[in-house]
Formats: sequence, C-alpha cells, structure tokens
Amino acid sequence: MAIFINEDSKVIVQGMTGSEGMKHTTRMLASGTTIVGGVNPRKAGTTVEIEDQSIPVFGSVAEAIKETGADVSVIFVPPAFTKAAVVEAIEAAMPLVVIITEGVPVADTAEFYTLARAAGVRLVGPNCPGVISPGKSNVGIIPANITGAGKIGLVSKSGTLTYQMMYELRDFGFSTAVGIGGDPVIGTTHIDALAAFEADPETEAIVMIGEIGGDAEERAAAFIKENVTKPVVGYVAGFTAPEGKTMGHAGAIVSGSSGTAAAKKEALEAAGVKVGKTPSETAALMREILENR
Amino acid sequence: MDLFEYQARDIFEKHGVPVLGGVVATTPEEARAAAEQLGGGTVVVKAQVKTGGRGKAGGVKLAHSPEEAAEKASEILGMDIKGHTVHRVMIAEGAKIAEEYYFSVLLDRADRSYLAMCSVEGGMEIEQLAVERPEALAKIAVDPTMGIDAEKAAEIVEAAGFPDDLKDQVADVIQKLWTVYAAEDATLVEVNPLVKTEDGAIVALDGKVSLDENASFRHAEHEALVDRDETDPLEIKAKENDLNYVKLDGEVGIIGNGAGLVMSTLDVVAYAGEKHGGVKPANFLDIGGGASAAVMAAGLDVILSDPQVKSVFVNVFGGITACDAVANGIVQALEILGEKENKPLVVRLDGNNVEEGRRILEHANHPLVTLAETMDGGADKAAELANA
Repeated sequence: MAIFINEDSKVIVQGMTGSEGMKHTTRMLASGTTIVGGVNPRKAGTTVEIEDQSIPVFGSVAEAIKETGADVSVIFVPPAFTKAAVVEAIEAAMPLVVIITEGVPVADTAEFYTLARAAGVRLVGPNCPGVISPGKSNVGIIPANITGAGKIGLVSKSGTLTYQMMYELRDFGFSTAVGIGGDPVIGTTHIDALAAFEADPETEAIVMIGEIGGDAEERAAAFIKENVTKPVVGYVAGFTAPEGKTMGHAGAIVSGSSGTAAAKKEALEAAGVKVGKTPSETAALMREILENR
Repeated sequence: MDLFEYQARDIFEKHGVPVLGGVVATTPEEARAAAEQLGGGTVVVKAQVKTGGRGKAGGVKLAHSPEEAAEKASEILGMDIKGHTVHRVMIAEGAKIAEEYYFSVLLDRADRSYLAMCSVEGGMEIEQLAVERPEALAKIAVDPTMGIDAEKAAEIVEAAGFPDDLKDQVADVIQKLWTVYAAEDATLVEVNPLVKTEDGAIVALDGKVSLDENASFRHAEHEALVDRDETDPLEIKAKENDLNYVKLDGEVGIIGNGAGLVMSTLDVVAYAGEKHGGVKPANFLDIGGGASAAVMAAGLDVILSDPQVKSVFVNVFGGITACDAVANGIVQALEILGEKENKPLVVRLDGNNVEEGRRILEHANHPLVTLAETMDGGADKAAELANA
C-alpha cells in the first residue's frame, strides 16, 4: 500500500534533460522507481540513456500520458518556468504532480494550486524533497539508502529533518515519507498526509514534523484529535527563531505572535500528540510506541 | 520584504492609485526642501519605520511651513520607535479628511488563496477592529486565477457598506490596488486609512506593502527597495555570497544544510546552552544541499566575522551530498581561511558515507576541530566551548 506512490507508479520527469533533472532521474532509477519518460518539446522523439535504460523524451505531458500511462510527474524546472510546467500537467489530468523546485513565486503557486484543486489533481510541494515509499518508488530527491520499508509514516515541511528522522528510525523503516515543503502555499498539507496514513493499512504510527510560520500544525492538531486513531509523534523546529525573519524556507516566519513553535507544540500536545524537544527525543518517543506494541 | 510607507506610496502612484504628494528626506535640510517642493504649505512629517504605533510614539507631526518641517524632521530623525531607529521621514502633503476607511488584500496561507478585507471604519488598528467589531470588517475571498475584477470590486464595496454615491469611486481604487498586488508580486497591500477628502476624492493616505522575494527574478527594480540601514552588515555580506543567513544574538555560530535542520540545530544549541552559562545560537545559516568547499568557506568567513561568536557548530546530514564531500569541503575551507579560523569548531556529520567523512576530518587533525557523534552531543560540546 503506502501512500501517494507505490510499486505500480509510473513516473515522468518534467525537466529531465536539465542537470538537476538528469542527476535525480539517475538516482530515482537506481532506487527502483519506474520512470517511463521525460518531457521537453525541443527534444521530443529522442531518448536519454541512463545506466542501461533508455528513457523516451516526449513533447508534452499529454503525449507522455497517452504513450506510457504515466500517473505521476516530478518537476525539476527552474522557478520562472515552474508554473507553465505544473499547469501543463494539470491540464493533462496527471493525478499526482511533485514539485521539487525551490523559489517559486507564491502568486504562481496560489494560481496553479487553485487550478489543481478544481481539476482534482494532487500537488506535492513546491520547494520539497518529494515522496518515497521505500523499496517501491522514490519520486524526488530523498536519499533511498537511509532506510527501507517499514511501518512508520512521515510527513514533514523540511527535507533534511526528513532524512534525519528516517536515519534515527532506520531500524524500523517507513511506509512512506512525504516532504510537503516549506513554502507559504503548498499543494499537500500535513492534514492530507495524515488522512492518507490513517487510511493506509501498512502504516502503524506517524511522525509529523512542522516548523514556524502559518497555522498548518495547529490545523493538523485539530484534525488528529477528530480523525486520527494511529499514534502520532510530533516535532516542531524554530523555537529560537526571532519574529519577522524568514528562516530559510519562504514560509518559515513568525509574524507578530502568530506562527510560533511554542503555539504549535501546545496545540499538538493538546490533541494528544507527544512532541519531542529535539529530533532524537522525537525518534525516541516513536521508538517507545513501536516497541510497546 | 516589507516596504516603507514612502516606497508603498511611490508604487501606488506608479499604478495609478490616488495618493497625496510625498517626498522622503533623511536630513532636516532635505525635509525643508521637500516641504517647499510640495508648495510650502501645511505638511505632515512622518517617521519611516517598519512598525506600527509611530503616531503614539511621536513619530508623526504637523508642520505649517518649510522651516517647521525641518524642525519637526530634526526631532523625529534618530528617534527610536519600538527598537527601530528613524533614518528617514516622509514629508507628506496635508489632507482635509472627511471619512476614513480600510482596505487590504493579502495571501491567505490557510486557504491557499487571497483575501480582501474592507471596512468603512478605518483609521484604527485593524486587528482591534476585527476583534471588537468583526461585523464591520468585510472579508471576501479572491480567486488567485481571477483576481479583483470590476465585479469582485463591486462585491467588496457592497459588503463593506459604502454609500451608493461612493461605490464606483472606491471600487475603481480597489481595482488599482489589486493591480499593485498582482503586478508587483505582493503578498500584502494594505491601505489604512483610505480616506475621502473634504472635496470628495478617495485617496490612499498610508500604505503597507510586502513583496514576495521569490518573485524578484521578474522584478529587477525591487532590489533598490532593500533597506541597507536596517539590515545587519553580516546579513548583507552573507547575501552577497548567496548565503541564507540570519544574525541572532548569541555566542555559538551555526552552519547546517537544509532550513529545517538548521532551525532545529538552533533550538538544540539553545537547550544545550542552558547547562553552559546560557549561551545561545549566534545565527541561522543554511548552506543548502551542495556544501562545497567554497560555500563552506564563505559561510565560516561570515560567522567568524561576528565578534560575538565564541565557537562554531557545523551540523550536516549527508543526503544527496555524501559526507566525504562535505568533510573535504570543511578541510579545504579551513585551508582557504587559514588564520582567520581562530575559534573552536565542532563538526557533526551523519548520513551518506559518514565513516569516510569522519576519517577525512580525523586525518586532517585540525587543532581547532572536534568531531561529534550526534547532533545533541555536538550542540552540547559547542555550547560548552562557547562558555569556556
């Protein structure tokens, strides 16, 4: 099972022929992802040889879907061209679009998110590391060699904290890890991932990683209280972040008294979520839950 | 990026939003000249700070002549308003105000959409109005694919309860403010107050604009709006090197990869500091995925230029970049920096190829470098060294 992607996922790469796209396509293939094509109108009809595989390049997303039955697209194009790439995927009715690109203007994201919502297309990102269901499929840039398949579901705003948490709990493994990204507007929220993990029979427990800015964690806390029966352990980064400063991620900013880590931790704890003070303490909380089952 | 009032005024004017004359001044002499330029009559001298409550703090004063404008400017310039030093004033044309209103359009993160807010009761703090008289504040969702067209603007003025004879006029100004929002890639455009003058004109009297820095690639002119006086010199130096750096008030310099991991590192260092004389993290610095020698050297250089820094904690999780590459980056960075590197450095590496990474650092055997096994252990060691 896993969530969002599995062994049957057929993936195309928008921006495959660029340097980032090539590097990560190679890595995704090496971790067992079924990559059925790339998209580049200027190189349509050619193939790209990676390792011992020959990946066809299509002129459009629609053509790629028609020819290959692709059901996931991952986007590695630069910020100035991201909107056009996402809109093309939405118009072609691609069911899942994972946007790795960092630095997309929020007006562009707000626009393509609105279109995706209307079309019933799931977006993950932008500014995210992607999604991995270890041993089944890996869409994005999450290193596949940290850990294998297991029973923990992970949803996180941060890429490196995702890797860190997977590493700390590598002896248990993960059903799926979803990096939702650190931008102010993102396609898939903590709540979306929590709902999917709750419904996934392979997932036994969930780690949720948040950070300062916005109120997504508070909303997730309310959702957990009402809808999630599986144990959830939480971590929030940014207790020491000053007010009014963007901390690396475009969405990571405390504005006035809103968006603080303390408020998020409090909301999660009020919903019965155990929140670790550090990543290692968070991992220890999850370890305790899994060892006592 | 938040703009000053005078910058917002200029952007409003550029997009046809009705504003009054306003000229920025950094000295009393410039203030006098500005008042003369505006006709020599009554002007308002307004402190330019990116915080609210400047009126109460004495940062807004009326002047009836250019001489008085210079006097008031000399009183206001250099003032401290909620921790913000006043480096500039705006000399603004005086207005005879009949009514005060409120309008804003902003990014609504929770709804992943835009929100317009409008009220015929302007002038007061909008947070206060929203709490005390929520029924007086119209909130209208704006579809990001549609924006505020004539129909949406009419809906907003209707919901806010403008009198019939003003509706068209206000709706027109709202559409122009939407143009500001869309054309400039803003995340906030707020006018408080939007006024009706005694002669019946609708004018944006005070504006607040925040711009999306991710969109700067399509707005080369926004670079000129960056406030160099308010920005920490180390932050400017970091920005020139394309580093994602925020100066904080502490003793332990921090370098890490990935925004989340670096924020987490600051927190872990702050906890560790509680046991070591209360030392705190000195900065946020995310060197991103690459962690090359050049980037590592540039990052260390910025951190070591901070006189408050007593130790440095490098916390890297090797994901895409293997730890041996990061370790080589650190070793080469130390060579590039030479004697500039004069503070103890604690390095924690984990992840991809970590054994090789640690071996490289052990082999280099730099006298100031300590290797840590874990993030918590590294934070503790760095805090201890900063407190030594």
